[in-house]
Amino acid sequence: MIFHIANFYSKCLWIVLIIAISFNTPAIAANSGKDILDSKCLSCHTISKKTPSTLKELWERKGPDLSSTGIKYKQEWIKQWLQKPVRIRPAGMFYGNHIKKGKKTDEVDSATLIKHPKLTGEQATLVTKVLMTLKQNQNLVKTGDYKPGSISLTLGEMMFDKFKGCLACHQIEPGYGGLSGPEVYTAAKRLQEDYLISFMRDPQAWEPKSIMPNKHLKETDLQKLVHYLRALSQENF
Amino acid sequence: MKYAIFIFIYCTLPFFSVADASAETAKDNYKTYCVQCHGLEGKGNGINVPDMSTQPRNHTDAKEMSARTDQELFKVIKEGGQAIKKSVLMPPWGSTLSDGEINDLVKYLHHLCKC
Ligand code: HEC
Ligand code: HEC
Ligand code: HEC
Repeated sequence: MIFHIANFYSKCLWIVLIIAISFNTPAIAANSGKDILDSKCLSCHTISKKTPSTLKELWERKGPDLSSTGIKYKQEWIKQWLQKPVRIRPAGMFYGNHIKKGKKTDEVDSATLIKHPKLTGEQATLVTKVLMTLKQNQNLVKTGDYKPGSISLTLGEMMFDKFKGCLACHQIEPGYGGLSGPEVYTAAKRLQEDYLISFMRDPQAWEPKSIMPNKHLKETDLQKLVHYLRALSQENF
Repeated sequence: MKYAIFIFIYCTLPFFSVADASAETAKDNYKTYCVQCHGLEGKGNGINVPDMSTQPRNHTDAKEMSARTDQELFKVIKEGGQAIKKSVLMPPWGSTLSDGEINDLVKYLHHLCKC
């Protein structure tokens, strides 16, 4: 008798559980892009514009600001990268937190760099959709600012290195170039062309304390640099 | 009413302090913007140096550093290497730092070279 009652209750429990799960699943799917973002991402990223206005804030920042995602990044790239994150900034967010003295020169202290959290394909699709709706700073980007064209890799590199001195802080292929800025060999895969023009024209408009100096590039040079970044991204490093 | 004023001042306080904090110390500016090329100790050997075609100046080298006037140092920091016929790899910091902050950096360079 006692056995029967226990059995009955455990069956009931199973039914209740199954009902609970089947009711819950669609609810999770409906808003989970935002849920994932809230629970897994906002400890390091900001999604409403709050760029560092002091150096202290710059040093303490844990991840890039994502409040302009919709006008800054390419959707397909974000979706792929979140499933298979590959390092973009060789010395982390603020290089000063990740360097040590080496034999000849200072070196990146790779033990202090973190691996980026990974998402499943489904999670990445959902989060990317939510992120692409964020469009702060839209006033800084002019749609159609970039006029497609081309430049040879040789000429582009000459400009990036010899004439403008950008190579000092940016790698143009894995293992070649400066380490304090993000690598640029995937920049055109990651970032929208009109954003690239806008950022290179005036980095401080996006990041008042940016480590990237404003080199007062001419409009024609801005266009050529984006031609070059696009050519570089075709190399598939 | 008294409370309202108090709350108003309290809530707007952060805006005032942000404005105050906008001038950073030379030490902090150097650490943020110069160390990447000039190195943790200012010896011209930062993390970016291995693939650079011109080496950054060693700021602890009293002989080299005292060869420049303060006006020249100010100019090279504000307008970049090309402004004094030096390498384009030394960037212009005029859009990043205020004139006051650049003047403070010139003083800081004297502190580094002890000259
Ligand atoms: C522990 C801190 C941390 C967490 C948590 C985190 N990120 Fe990141 N995220 C970073 C850092 C640091 C980078 C820069 C990576 C690099 O340079 O290689 C980054 C880069 C990115 C980028 C590329 C943007 C760019 O300009 O480099 C995207 C997109 C992104 N994160 C989205 C997310 C999402 C979505 C989540 C939640 C699932 C998340 N991140 C969770 C720290 C974090
Ligand atoms: C002193 C180091 C430095 C120099 C010199 C420099 N950059 Fe940057 N650059 C950075 C840093 C650091 C960032 C990351 C954004 C930030 O910190 O605000 C960046 C960001 C960028 C980005 C956006 C990439 C991304 O992933 O978000 C592009 C494009 C870029 N730089 C191009 C250039 C070009 C072109 C030049 C030469 C005219 C140049 N940079 C010179 C440090 C530098
Ligand atoms: C991207 C790398 C880079 C960064 C960042 C950088 N410098 Fe330089 N700097 C150089 C190089 C390279 C030279 C040497 C130029 C030459 O000899 O032609 C140099 C030279 C100098 C000189 C000596 C000029 C002379 O010949 O008299 C001063 C002073 C100087 N830098 C100050 C600074 C200060 C201050 C900062 C930070 C606000 C800074 N630099 C950031 C690369 C850099």
